[in-house]
Amino acid sequence: MDQTWQVERPARVALFVTCLVDQFFPEVGEATVKVLERVGVQVEFPEEQTCCGQVLLNDGFREEAAALARHFVEVFEPYEAVVAPSGSCVAAVREFYPQLLRGTALEGQTQQVAHRTYELGEFLVRVLGVTRLGARLCGRVTYHPSCHLLRGLGTGACAERLIRNVEGVEFVPLRRPEACCGFGGIFSVKFGAVSEAMLEDKLADLGATGADVVVGTDVSCLMHLRGALQRRASPVRTLHLAELLAMESE
Amino acid sequence: MREPIRFAERSVQALEDARLREVLRRAMEDLRRKWSRGASELPYFGVLRDQAKQIKAHTLLHLDAYLEQLEARITARGGVVHWARNGEEACRLVVGICQEVGARRVVKSKSMVTEEIELNRALERAGIQVIETDLGEFVVQLDGDRPSHLIAPIIHKRREDVAELFSRHLGTPVDAPVEVLTRAARSHLRQAFLTAEVGVTGANFLVAETGSVVLVENEGNARLVTTLPRVHIAVTGIEKVIPRLQDLAVFLPVLVRSATGQKLSSYVSVLSGPRRGEPNGPEAFHLVLIDNRRTEILRDPELREALQCLRCGACLNACPVYERVGGHTYGWVYAGPIGAVITPLLLGPKASFELPYASTLCGACREVCPVRIDIPRLLVSLRERMVASGSVTPLERWLMRGLGWALQSSVRYRWASRLGRIVQSLMWGEGPIRWLPGPLRSWTRKRDFPRLAPQTFRERWRKRSWTPGQRS
Repeated sequence: MDQTWQVERPARVALFVTCLVDQFFPEVGEATVKVLERVGVQVEFPEEQTCCGQVLLNDGFREEAAALARHFVEVFEPYEAVVAPSGSCVAAVREFYPQLLRGTALEGQTQQVAHRTYELGEFLVRVLGVTRLGARLCGRVTYHPSCHLLRGLGTGACAERLIRNVEGVEFVPLRRPEACCGFGGIFSVKFGAVSEAMLEDKLADLGATGADVVVGTDVSCLMHLRGALQRRASPVRTLHLAELLAMESE
Repeated sequence: MREPIRFAERSVQALEDARLREVLRRAMEDLRRKWSRGASELPYFGVLRDQAKQIKAHTLLHLDAYLEQLEARITARGGVVHWARNGEEACRLVVGICQEVGARRVVKSKSMVTEEIELNRALERAGIQVIETDLGEFVVQLDGDRPSHLIAPIIHKRREDVAELFSRHLGTPVDAPVEVLTRAARSHLRQAFLTAEVGVTGANFLVAETGSVVLVENEGNARLVTTLPRVHIAVTGIEKVIPRLQDLAVFLPVLVRSATGQKLSSYVSVLSGPRRGEPNGPEAFHLVLIDNRRTEILRDPELREALQCLRCGACLNACPVYERVGGHTYGWVYAGPIGAVITPLLLGPKASFELPYASTLCGACREVCPVRIDIPRLLVSLRERMVASGSVTPLERWLMRGLGWALQSSVRYRWASRLGRIVQSLMWGEGPIRWLPGPLRSWTRKRDFPRLAPQTFRERWRKRSWTPGQRS
């Protein structure tokens, strides 16, 4: 757990905010900036950035996804580190970009960019060695690690550690944290009923913990959970890891 | 032409079956627990899985040589090897052998390949009675049902369902406990074992070095099928070969722990040809090796990995989709994540265009696969082929291409984001988004869709950067 990646601590990082955060949850982007600045990292926001292309890639539109991968690499190539508040977007960059752009002129740069793109929790714990942000939240909190963070990047434990270290948090684990929430991008549209069934089980698990707040590292899963919680008028709140960590002691 | 498998439609039906959902939920939980126990008991389980993958990958790259070695060894031991290009040829071969020896009754042990080629139907058409002897498959046959799981064919049935079925066919009480049911099946099957002229099995492994067929089972029925009848016919796919007998030291623990969490199955039979002076065993041994599109898959470096599958069922047990909808929803012989890969490869994209999409790509299957098949990657590869072969609806193609075009430049991205906000306020005003149009509507049946924020992050960032001192 205490192991850190053998990389130099970057003084300056580029924020890849992700399209979902940019369009739907800008507060998560702001919280990410706040957290990074609090630990002394200077944040830049390259305004040419758009989307990692994961939705196209996962749906089989390889050429279109490759075009977005090229765009991403060109935009983020000049930075020594890229941080994103999303496990699945980072997994797409790290796992799939090198395959997508293999044999192209950008192959070398792609590998480098892929290596220095980090999910927020992973960046804090593994790169900076920071596990305590001085955040505070009173309540029962549970954690849903996204599938791509947990099994794609293998860094699900970083976020959990950060959450557990938030002052005032009573951490209550899900019975099956590893179970997919059923979002899966296009999957939730093509197989709406299956997606709903998976979501219902996740919500039941969530309900059984008695948590007031569910924290996640990906707004995709969170918007899925929130969409159903909101429809049911549930008092349970969804929070992105960045939002939780940005909460200051009162 | 085969009717396309409508996974979405079928899954809706399956989800409405509350009984099925409950049965599956419990069974999958149990199987996952067994997997975890089996995996955690062996500290080097991961290393064994790496080795299993390497051996399989190596064998597939030299499959021609290993198959020839296998054939030579089997022939030398007095067995006969038959090659079948497809299911029809394979069925013809098996029926031919049965007719040659005047067989009227065939006993079978569990085999997915014979399901794939519909061997039972071919035998019955030729007037030969077929009796499935694996307990689960016996139930399936009695009920005119289909297996719904690679290793647990009646995972979709409850004990009560089997008791009711047996009471109709075997005369056991309707409320019979498991012991009574198994005893009834056992005595019914005993007669079949003793009177059948031919025994048909699949194969878990074929050992090239020794010309052996390896069968892994828990009930002992496969051993009876291969020893009591005069003739044993093993029917399997060409991908089942492994180089050496000692490779079983890797494959047996990996397969059995992944399938049932056991250290080893109750029975492992290594059969090498017909009897030669021994007191028992078949007088004749035949191996029918089936291609049925497997060489086509082998030629494809992107999809070849699919042929490494051991048919252990671990990916089904781990899959959140399989757990909710069950095996029949996959519409053919092979279910679950690996089924979503294999079915399109064997039946073609037209018959199964929905299957590669029937996964959230959550990666649970990849995590448990004993030979580390990257199933999510294979599913994405198949989706790419669906796009390339024009199997995607025009609407989806148009939407995805449009999205790709818009996202390729930050200028177009910003315009699209402005347009989105105009559409949002026209269609939904200021309230929550409780419905979506057309094919998106299933999203909002039980969930709200998130609203585009009044201001994007980049708009907020710009304002922030004008504040002196906040950003250098």
